[in-house]
Amino acid sequence: MSVPFALLGLLEREPSYGYELKQEYDSHLGRGRPVQFGQVYQTLGRLARDGKVSVGVAEPGAGPNRKRYSITSLGVGEFERWLATPVAPEPHLQTELFMKVVLAILVGRSAQKYLDLQRSAHLKRIRELTAGKRSASLIDRLLADHALFRVEADLRWIDLTEARLDTLAQELHR
Amino acid sequence: MTDHSPTPPAGPAAHLLVAHDVYKSFGPTTALCGASFAIDAGEVVAIMGPSGSGKSTLLHCLAGILRPDRGQTWFAGQRTDELRDGARTELRRRAFGFVFQFGQLVPELSAEENVALPLLLNGSKPAAALQAAREWLQRLGLEGMGQRRSGELSGGQAQRVALGRGLITKPRVLFADEPTGSLDSLTGEHVMQLLTDSARAEGTAVVLVTHEPRVAGYADREVMVRDGRVSSTDLELATP
Ligand SMILES: Nc1ncnc2c1ncn2[C@@H]1O[C@H](COP(=O)(O)OP(=O)(O)O)[C@@H](O)[C@H]1O
Ligand SMILES: [Mg+2]
Repeated sequence: MSVPFALLGLLEREPSYGYELKQEYDSHLGRGRPVQFGQVYQTLGRLARDGKVSVGVAEPGAGPNRKRYSITSLGVGEFERWLATPVAPEPHLQTELFMKVVLAILVGRSAQKYLDLQRSAHLKRIRELTAGKRSASLIDRLLADHALFRVEADLRWIDLTEARLDTLAQELHR
Repeated sequence: MTDHSPTPPAGPAAHLLVAHDVYKSFGPTTALCGASFAIDAGEVVAIMGPSGSGKSTLLHCLAGILRPDRGQTWFAGQRTDELRDGARTELRRRAFGFVFQFGQLVPELSAEENVALPLLLNGSKPAAALQAAREWLQRLGLEGMGQRRSGELSGGQAQRVALGRGLITKPRVLFADEPTGSLDSLTGEHVMQLLTDSARAEGTAVVLVTHEPRVAGYADREVMVRDGRVSSTDLELATP
């Protein structure tokens, strides 16, 4: 989960309040999936317990959530380490895609037909993402590009697998 | 040219541009064997498929650059495979525009003159043609570059000049064969955005040959060419 790191990063910029952090997260990082208030406060609580953020005193007259959070040097170190660690390059091969091809061949159905359908579904997604980029903000375009390249990677795999279907069938039926 | 293929029942005249059961060989190489394709006015359709599958040959047959060995091609309700060479050249000049991968600008001419060229060939007055060319250059974000030769333009700029030249006659169909093939992602994206925006604004249909999914993403739909045949999930249009 990257929510704790997102909060540390936002706090490294400047000290902030829980509800502000939620707003910043939702508008820049949430990708249309807002983080729950509960999760924000729970995470802040855990970070405070571990000494990665410090909690200011509640402002007088404010609600119970008017606590200002700041990052500690321990927190900064944690955030920097996270940022400097590349994400494991997961093989993005969708297991289901792969399973369908192999199963189709094993049970003697048309893997080609399945790949054609899959390709056209993927291309439809590419069209949608491309259309969505037109009026989007730069942040949303970046996200759309990321999705586009991933869908494209699947399509390459689909093309290559199609070109190898005969050989694959021979190997599976040996 | 004798033609043994039956006239398609639904009527190719129902579509703007049609290839019906087209065959084309180059010596021993069969490039197309029974390819069918249709596009309607204003549509943007991507022709995809592996390299060597016959995409460019199909585009050349649709555009009247190549004559099919067998089968029919139609444009605006008329057979085009039966036209004499002169009439097909005339049709291409009046109704079609072209954007290719590279090497299409005349190096001796300025950007402005390159864009104006199709109008000049069609007999427009030079002053009017150059004025129209300047308007296109502006529209494509190339104002101030009208005097440059193709050697003084970046790949993306040259491709935008080619786009202006392809669209300046307000063609019914723009044929684009790998129009971003030599460009990087960001530049290619810009060219595709301009290409589809301009074509849609003019009501020009686009036959877009590409093997790149992200380029095909700018189309309304796609067809796949495989071993000289077209397969499509849009069966209605694929079989006229
Ligand atoms: N002018 C030509 N002379 C000889 N062979 C050709 C010619 N044009 C195309 N071909 C052959 O026809 C087949 C289809 O080519 P093409 O339509 O260019 O494929 P694509 O555009 O899908 O890569 C290929 O095998 C190619 O080598
Ligand atoms: Mg080609």
